[in-house]
Amino acid sequence: MIKRFVVLLFLVGAGVMFASLVVGYTPDSELNQTARYYAERTVQDTGAANIVTAIIVTYRGLDTLGEVTVLFLSASIVGLVLAHGRLLAHTPSTPAARIPVGELLSTGSRYLAPLILLLGIYVFVNGHLTPGGGFQGGAIVASGMLLLLLADPLKQFSHKVIAGVESISGLLFVGIGVLGMFFAGGFLDNRLLPLGTLGDLLSAGVIPVIYTLIGLKVGAEFSSMLANLSELEEL
Amino acid sequence: MSTLMAGITILLCLTMIVAAFMTVISKSLSIVILSAGLVSLMASVLFLVFAAPDVAMTEAAIGSGLTTFLFFFVLSRIRGGERDGVEHD
Repeated sequence: MIKRFVVLLFLVGAGVMFASLVVGYTPDSELNQTARYYAERTVQDTGAANIVTAIIVTYRGLDTLGEVTVLFLSASIVGLVLAHGRLLAHTPSTPAARIPVGELLSTGSRYLAPLILLLGIYVFVNGHLTPGGGFQGGAIVASGMLLLLLADPLKQFSHKVIAGVESISGLLFVGIGVLGMFFAGGFLDNRLLPLGTLGDLLSAGVIPVIYTLIGLKVGAEFSSMLANLSELEEL
Repeated sequence: MSTLMAGITILLCLTMIVAAFMTVISKSLSIVILSAGLVSLMASVLFLVFAAPDVAMTEAAIGSGLTTFLFFFVLSRIRGGERDGVEHD
């Protein structure tokens, strides 16, 4: 009874809080100072057609480095915890007990997986021109990997390749940032390479390079988490 | 915002609320995971309606795609525990 009352009280409280937020909300008629700066100066400063990408990779590049680090830490902790479990369990795998994969899934994945991987690569290579970028593209690449794993649960991804892609792209990302300190305006400045013409694939300085590296890194991290989980399932 | 857009937004929000209730109420863990994924999917369409395609992409790929399947992976791993949870309820 008391438990239900507390839950009800909590719901009413949350409702009042959100209602006061919604009632007092009036949309801004014009952009505020920061938003106006980004909207007006992005094209001259960075040469990127997608303002969101310019903010994420250049203006707030350090925050992105932090985000990538957080993702890297969580992927390594998942790997660490699951690897510990693998050492303790000595039971041999029992492939006979597993549910057979459907014909539809195994045939469909052969056509769909390359297309999904290609879409992911397209999204992160074109991050400075169209919506999306490294994080989104990386997640799409990882969902392609997930489809491959679902179609063939016994598939083994090479952990060495995943770890190699992950560390090399991380190192290059930081390396480009440091080079920016010496040859351009500062850490992660995109004017290391010429800005080019607005809308070209090779424009906006190093933004496409950095976002491709982030996409590879994020894709490798998610794939390593999925591969670790599916291998644990086989015990 | 036009009437059509407002209608779509309201429909999406109602679907999200129903799916969220399903997540809390349902006894079957598979339905719980699927309806939690549905909340994310509707949220990503909602972001698209609000002209934020970058956020919508992240939500669709991570929120409704990867997380849902991650939960299913874990669910298949702890299959034995499901019966337990229902009995205690």
